[in-house]
Amino acid sequence: MTVTMAAALNTALRDAMRDDDTVVVYGEDVGRLGGVFRITDGLQQEWGTERCFDTPVAESGIVGTAIGMALYGLRPVVEMQFDGFAYPALDQVISHVAKYRNRTRGTVGLPMVIRIPYGGGIGAVEHHSESPETYYAHTAGLTVVSPGTPGDAYALLRSAIAFPDPVVFLEPKRRYWLKEDVELPVDGEPIGRALVRRTGTTATLIAYGPMVSTAMEAADTATQDGWELEVIDVRTLSPLDSDTLATSVTKTGRAIVVHEGPRFAGYGAEIAATLTERVFGHLAAPVLRVTGFDVPYPPAKIERHYLPTADRILDAVAHALEY
Amino acid sequence: MTAVWRDVAPDGGLREPCSYELELDPAQLRDLYRLMALGRRVDRQAINLTRQGALGVYASSLGQEAAQVGATVALEQDDWLFPTYRDTVGVFARGVDIVEILALFQGSWHCGFDPLRCRVAPLTTPLATHAPHATGLAMAARLRHDPIVALTFLGDGAASEGDSHEAMNMAAVFQAPVVFVVQNNHYAISVPIDLQMHASSIALRAAGYGMPGVLVDGNDVLSVYGATRAAIDRARAGGGPTLIEAVTYRIEPHTTADDDTRYRSAVEIDAWRARDPLERFLALLRESDMVDDAFLATVDAEGETIAARMRDALFGAPDGDPREMFDHVYAAKTSQLQAQQTALDRELSATEETE
Ligand SMILES: Cc1ncc(C[n+]2csc(CCOP(=O)(O)OP(=O)(O)O)c2C)c(N)n1
Ligand SMILES: [Mg+2]
Repeated sequence: MTVTMAAALNTALRDAMRDDDTVVVYGEDVGRLGGVFRITDGLQQEWGTERCFDTPVAESGIVGTAIGMALYGLRPVVEMQFDGFAYPALDQVISHVAKYRNRTRGTVGLPMVIRIPYGGGIGAVEHHSESPETYYAHTAGLTVVSPGTPGDAYALLRSAIAFPDPVVFLEPKRRYWLKEDVELPVDGEPIGRALVRRTGTTATLIAYGPMVSTAMEAADTATQDGWELEVIDVRTLSPLDSDTLATSVTKTGRAIVVHEGPRFAGYGAEIAATLTERVFGHLAAPVLRVTGFDVPYPPAKIERHYLPTADRILDAVAHALEY
Repeated sequence: MTAVWRDVAPDGGLREPCSYELELDPAQLRDLYRLMALGRRVDRQAINLTRQGALGVYASSLGQEAAQVGATVALEQDDWLFPTYRDTVGVFARGVDIVEILALFQGSWHCGFDPLRCRVAPLTTPLATHAPHATGLAMAARLRHDPIVALTFLGDGAASEGDSHEAMNMAAVFQAPVVFVVQNNHYAISVPIDLQMHASSIALRAAGYGMPGVLVDGNDVLSVYGATRAAIDRARAGGGPTLIEAVTYRIEPHTTADDDTRYRSAVEIDAWRARDPLERFLALLRESDMVDDAFLATVDAEGETIAARMRDALFGAPDGDPREMFDHVYAAKTSQLQAQQTALDRELSATEETE
């Protein structure tokens, strides 16, 4: 069966609501409209306005009320309409969502999922193409997940909803229409485990979310140059599965991290540092980064010059091989 | 005994004061007094213990006992309370162990008590951020068709925060069974109420949300109790949220670390001391012969016992095992946290050996 990531996410929500009556889905326009990206399409029709409902436009209120709901024993799954409009809720996320279990000495976990469509590449106007992953990944207590394929989108969202801790679930919006031949349901993937999507020996490409497809495309093209690139899909940004990364780089000796977000203090910096600490002796070249630039995201007209491409990745591989 | 408050009219004006008969028997009235008096003793002891170094800092409830006790006592056992750092006495009146409540002010890394058992959320310091939690819990209770009400305290300063607005508006939209009690104590640290708002009352905002609003004398415990009880009953019966503004005054500085001589006069404070909520209630109880010296002596003795227990428990209380800081970040410890815990453990063991 061919499914898009959007359909896989929708099915995951539907199945989770069916299997667990404490799961409630809410946010801006998620009810009647089915979400601006239609990820919650049909949920209100199927489960009623008590299980899937629209809220006032109030991101802090949405996340804040989800905390109260989780405190009461529900499993809220809330949607932030866009990456750039999740910022009003950052205070709730950082001050409470991330800290509640710790503050209560382990007695109150908050099983909740905050879904955020993120990243660029859809021709949107400003504030609709942000890559905020490091804000979340930097915050202790948060689990940050981003799927790169439809199958993973289903499996990881199911796992996130069943997870005992809050999960920030970053959906690569430019891949909502990415297709994969996969039978749903697929088993829940464990949170906290990276995946080797393609094996190779020349170098390791490390990507997540929207850049998984780009990295796979680069690896396909690279065979023309006789390069066998290994591609790792990080999947869970926090906590990071550094074992899978270290094992791969021990074998290949070269690593290139790819992400859309800006380079400075970006997620790639953490991976580079972690690999340097763990497998320095196996590195034949410095860990390189192919990332967005250190500029505010440039919207539609010039975004193609900002977004990492397979070509840029291959240039980085060539550079790594020069050492 | 009567309670008096003013309702906000749907057009956003204040109605004339109304009085309501309370159905409280003498034993209940005495208990209200007892909780306020014990609260005051506990508050004084917390200030003393801070001066002596057993607590890092403390935010006093002095002068606000009626607002805090009157409101929390109106809750039923299974209801939920969402307090701030200001509400030690209110949380104490709810029955949470005073030593556990003070964990925040000890500088502990955790809130001290079990919120699920006490049905009290941790004392929250980021202003108003707990208000949407109360709304959310109330929304959840309504979704589950449980007769549970949430009550949240806010300050006059906190009422200016965006989260207050989002919490109140969402509560009204979803008709959540939540009661917002704003203790207008006239200051947000040094900033007086007239710099916090241009309107004459916080309660008036209720009209804008489409919920009942109530302005009540926060130094009159019976009125606070009555107004809160009515709001809780309405919420439980499906009538939605209420915004209550309890007008009161913070007698002590903002915290033990504050110097209030920089922003207010002793004359002003004295004027409010004259309206002391405890003295006022005691006078009423005496007038109606509901308390005698023997009763007051028992309350005093109980207060001394609690104060002594606070001293014993808080003086020289251990810092706690620093290794535990890694244990509750996630349900399952990550390998990164495990490695950091091991590193700290090694460091600690090395110091212990050299000692
Ligand atoms: C979001 C936020 N901003 C600022 C502060 C610092 N702060 C602590 S208490 C306070 C004043 C709060 O006044 P009010 O809400 O009236 O409560 P009160 O202390 O008078 O009880 C401020 C500004 C804070 N804790 N949280
Ligand atoms: Mg105040």
